Amino acid sequence: MNRDMSYQGVMSRKNEIMKKAVGIDYERFESKGIAFDYERMMRETGYSLQEIQRIQSETGVGNTPIYELKNLTALARKLAPKGKGARIFIKDEACNPSGSFKARRAATSIYHAKRKGYKGVIAATSGNYGAAVASQAAMKGLKCIIVQECYDSRGIGQPEIIEKARKCEAYGAEVVQLTVGPELFYTFLKLLEETGYFNASLYTPFGIAGVETLGYELAMQFRELVGRDPDVVVATNAGGGNLTGTARGLIKAGAYDVKIVGASVNLKGLHMASDTQFNRKSFTTGHTGFGIPFATWPDRSDVPRSAARPLRYMDRYVTVNQGEVFYITEALAQLEGLERGPAGNTSLAAAFALAQELDEDQIIVAQETEYTGAGKHIQPQLTFAKENGVDIIIGNPDEEVPGKNIILPSHPSQIKARDLDLDKIKKSYIKNCIETTKIDYLTKEDIDFLVEDTKSNEEFVKQILDELGVKY
Amino acid sequence: MNKAKKGDWVRIYNVVLKPEERAPQVPDDTKKVPLEMWVKGFLLNEEAKIGDEVEIETYIGRKIKGKLVEINPYYNHDYGKCIPELMFIGRQLRGILEDGEDNE
Repeated sequence: MNRDMSYQGVMSRKNEIMKKAVGIDYERFESKGIAFDYERMMRETGYSLQEIQRIQSETGVGNTPIYELKNLTALARKLAPKGKGARIFIKDEACNPSGSFKARRAATSIYHAKRKGYKGVIAATSGNYGAAVASQAAMKGLKCIIVQECYDSRGIGQPEIIEKARKCEAYGAEVVQLTVGPELFYTFLKLLEETGYFNASLYTPFGIAGVETLGYELAMQFRELVGRDPDVVVATNAGGGNLTGTARGLIKAGAYDVKIVGASVNLKGLHMASDTQFNRKSFTTGHTGFGIPFATWPDRSDVPRSAARPLRYMDRYVTVNQGEVFYITEALAQLEGLERGPAGNTSLAAAFALAQELDEDQIIVAQETEYTGAGKHIQPQLTFAKENGVDIIIGNPDEEVPGKNIILPSHPSQIKARDLDLDKIKKSYIKNCIETTKIDYLTKEDIDFLVEDTKSNEEFVKQILDELGVKY
Repeated sequence: MNKAKKGDWVRIYNVVLKPEERAPQVPDDTKKVPLEMWVKGFLLNEEAKIGDEVEIETYIGRKIKGKLVEINPYYNHDYGKCIPELMFIGRQLRGILEDGEDNE
């Protein structure tokens, strides 16, 4: 058996390897054109919400508490115009067994892998998902390999990623640590081929359906606690699964009127695959380096069709700056007595700013928190930033330049949620659909799909097709 | 300790792709350097010293070869150094909540 193990050789076997490692025949849901039957894929390859609740409860995942952040709300009201300042709540996902909402995603994937008779699971992740997969695999008695992008070419790694490696190893997983580069995917494929393990991808229907319980619980908890659904839910957006799953869960609970806001940390100007820029960012997830490319092209993920499709559900997309998230992380600890990891507080920083636009009787929820600890805390992260030449300044966050400085707001009134042009992102997604499929004529089915996948309308889609000079 | 014996917990190193073998889409600075890998496991060789080519068995039982770089590897990440820039935040927030500063 002399397989070609070169980069090109392994990449050319991608589809064959993936089919074995995921066990989903994506072609069943695809049309000849752009359209694919997303809902049927979710229904036929995933599990029902009730099944997932049962699966997750077996390993203690879910049913995380909700806190009303009364002091942060009071602070927002001090800063807002009279009558403004919504009640701010947080869903404490750090209470999951592995310390983040990612346990929900991992629980369903690992359950499925076990049921299908796989001996082990592999996931490519530097973040909370690795810890979640390792934790769930330990509970189910499966072997686990986590592949991490960890170091730059000087062998220097961010404390947050090193901490995640520690956590994975604590659960008995093997951690393969790599330097920077998209060829992580190549190593990942080689491992899948060699071991025959299950690809616990973040982007399968199992992973996304696993987050639906978060949205569902959220609606149910609010109905019990305050007698109604929240007005706005803010989800940190990276690969899109968190937002997609939460929104789908809210819909399944019948909470149709909740506005879904995506929030990412602004890392504009930093190239994600750059060896020299790798350690000049202080957020390894929840940032625009994932948020924008995955929103404008979800199917760039490690499975043929991503089940994370945030544009289907997003009503608004905002960014916050690194310094603002660190500030709000400190505020959460100091005012609310909750010490949580910074990345998970991205949505809270946005919610704090957005609350000031809403009326006092409205409710806004930051839908996650994550665990904190050595390495994964504002102090080691800011220490690391300083050691890598990033200036820490107290000043005006509007002047922050990612990779150059981190600006802690000198006053909480400077924390802002800056709107991204969602129509522009939708347009870019449609353009990518056309460029990738090389289709020059769109059917009614294609247009209907694009309308759904961008939460827009026929007029909007047709206007963009006209601009692009594509016939329909 | 720079000598390991069979069964010791060690860390190995490998070059996965040389600079010239890297993916075409990689940015220029990344293309100048190899794709490197580190894995931990139990040493399978009878004896080895730092720098030797060795074989290990990972915690889940996979066998891999590579250069021995560390014996009994440990985590040295911590809570970082003092960040004086953070020290004002809690007091500032409590001050605002206690003293007013209403925006009317």
